[in-house]
Amino acid sequence: MSTTTEAVPGGATTEVAKGRKAPLSEGARAERRLGWLLCAPAVIVMIGVTAYPVGYAVYLSLLRDNLELPNAVKFIGLSNYGAVLSSPYWWQALKVTVIITVISVAFTLVLGMLLALLMHRTLFGRGTVRTAALIPYGIVTVAAAYGWQYAWTPGQGYLSALFNNAAPLTTEYKALAVIILAEIWKTTPFMALLLLAGLSLVPEDLLKAAKVDGATAWQRFTKITLPLMKPAILVALLFRTLDSFRIFDNIYILTGGTNNTGSVSILGYDNLFNALNLGIGSAISILIFICVAIIAFLFIRGFGASAPGSNLGNR
Amino acid sequence: MAAVTTTPRQKIGWGTANFVVIALAMIPVLWLVSLSFKTPTAILDPSFIPASWTWSNYTQILSTTQFIRPLINSIGIGVISTFIAVVLASMAAYAVARLRFPGKGILIGMALLIAMFPAISLVTPLFSIERAIGLFNTWPGLIIPYIAFGLPLGIYTLSAFFREIPWELEKAAKVDGATPFQAFVRVIAPLAAPGMVTTAILVFLFCWNEFLFAISFTSTLAARTAPASIAYFSGSSQFTVPTGPIAAAAVVITIPIIIFVVFFQRRIVAGLTSGAVKG
Repeated sequence: MSTTTEAVPGGATTEVAKGRKAPLSEGARAERRLGWLLCAPAVIVMIGVTAYPVGYAVYLSLLRDNLELPNAVKFIGLSNYGAVLSSPYWWQALKVTVIITVISVAFTLVLGMLLALLMHRTLFGRGTVRTAALIPYGIVTVAAAYGWQYAWTPGQGYLSALFNNAAPLTTEYKALAVIILAEIWKTTPFMALLLLAGLSLVPEDLLKAAKVDGATAWQRFTKITLPLMKPAILVALLFRTLDSFRIFDNIYILTGGTNNTGSVSILGYDNLFNALNLGIGSAISILIFICVAIIAFLFIRGFGASAPGSNLGNR
Repeated sequence: MAAVTTTPRQKIGWGTANFVVIALAMIPVLWLVSLSFKTPTAILDPSFIPASWTWSNYTQILSTTQFIRPLINSIGIGVISTFIAVVLASMAAYAVARLRFPGKGILIGMALLIAMFPAISLVTPLFSIERAIGLFNTWPGLIIPYIAFGLPLGIYTLSAFFREIPWELEKAAKVDGATPFQAFVRVIAPLAAPGMVTTAILVFLFCWNEFLFAISFTSTLAARTAPASIAYFSGSSQFTVPTGPIAAAAVVITIPIIIFVVFFQRRIVAGLTSGAVKG
């Protein structure tokens, strides 16, 4: 996160940096104190609920701690990690999670871009389109997932009937396809809204000038709009990728993780609540955390100067 | 606006695109509505429009504590979490947008990290901690993590809104002898109210939607929220799948979202897009 930390005290705060050697005035010191005071409650809650439990999970992951055997708690070093990493379940779940993430993010990027263009440019009914698009964004994932499940149940669902009484939720790859479909339907509007933000920053004059110069709509989109939207696209991709990587609700309702459709989150949940194994569950938690950290790190390297948050302090 | 003059062909093109989007967004919701009105025999008929209609799925779920109690939990937990998260986020966002103090970058980085945090990583340790300190299966047991996950969203959205506020007014208040804190409460907070409403909607939608913590940190009706309770619905006998009641419950928890979306479309779009560009 170093890029964000460095970039923030730019702009408005440079004067402070220059005058840092001089003793702070009474007013500046009061401002400092107030700043810390106002942030303290938020920081305490965020650390208390995330940093501390993650530290505790690291500790738990080094123990043999099974809720069924409360007297057998014992320090066993990295054995839990060894057990998880040598288990086919972990790699299967990771594979499923990566498949779902890559496919659904790719589709939501393209569809989200189309939806963003429509929300930005449509000649009439803009409010109606935006309102309609917000429904999948706002709907409770569990509620929508039940809709998809029943729609694909043979003898009961319209989609199943449409496809010759298909029962896609009973086989691995078709079930994954349904999960990905549910995920795309739910998250495309969010992607579109993030892209809409970038789209509104593209200067209208520039597009008009290019049009006058004879650029086609496609050329204007690829040569002007896309390059200018790069920061917004990267932010949207980062958020959607990490969001998709933690997929849980849709799978829990649609298949419960049967037929090899469980994601890493489903695996972690099952290890805690079905196997009652705190040690292994914690090791899985930490491994997922590491995966997410790696994805975030790669994206943030890709951002360069346009890291999210870097312009928060000085705009 | 895209074009100076619009041809009928363009109108038809955009109109078709609008229609496709609205249809794709609405069909899955209408399917749930259709299921919720089907009689138990009609449920076994895959047609989109019910052959025979009934309110019985609704009367069934709304007459049982199995759903009413979780609905109350959902509203209570959502409102309390949202209120606290918005208050704490407003304080922090004011500081981020307005004050000079070291550590601002760390705060923003931390909020970003939490926004991207895999919730499952917290389930095992929080489950263990909550059981140890007696928060398991209570309202605060869900409210506290919801606040923590609502805060990053709140801090981003609100600091974006706060930067748009005319700060000369604050200076004027200070010249008139107000302390920075008074300037915040008396002058800025009222101006910031629209941004706070938007943020509150977004945080509430998050709490209303949340499922993983809701099934992990609750075990009875005492704190189980509505989405979690639906996953525990059982039929009138163990051999019937309660499709109708589940669909009705799904529709009931979707109604508040439709209301928010219809009445606050502009605000929600503004809130999500401002946070995205500037955060």
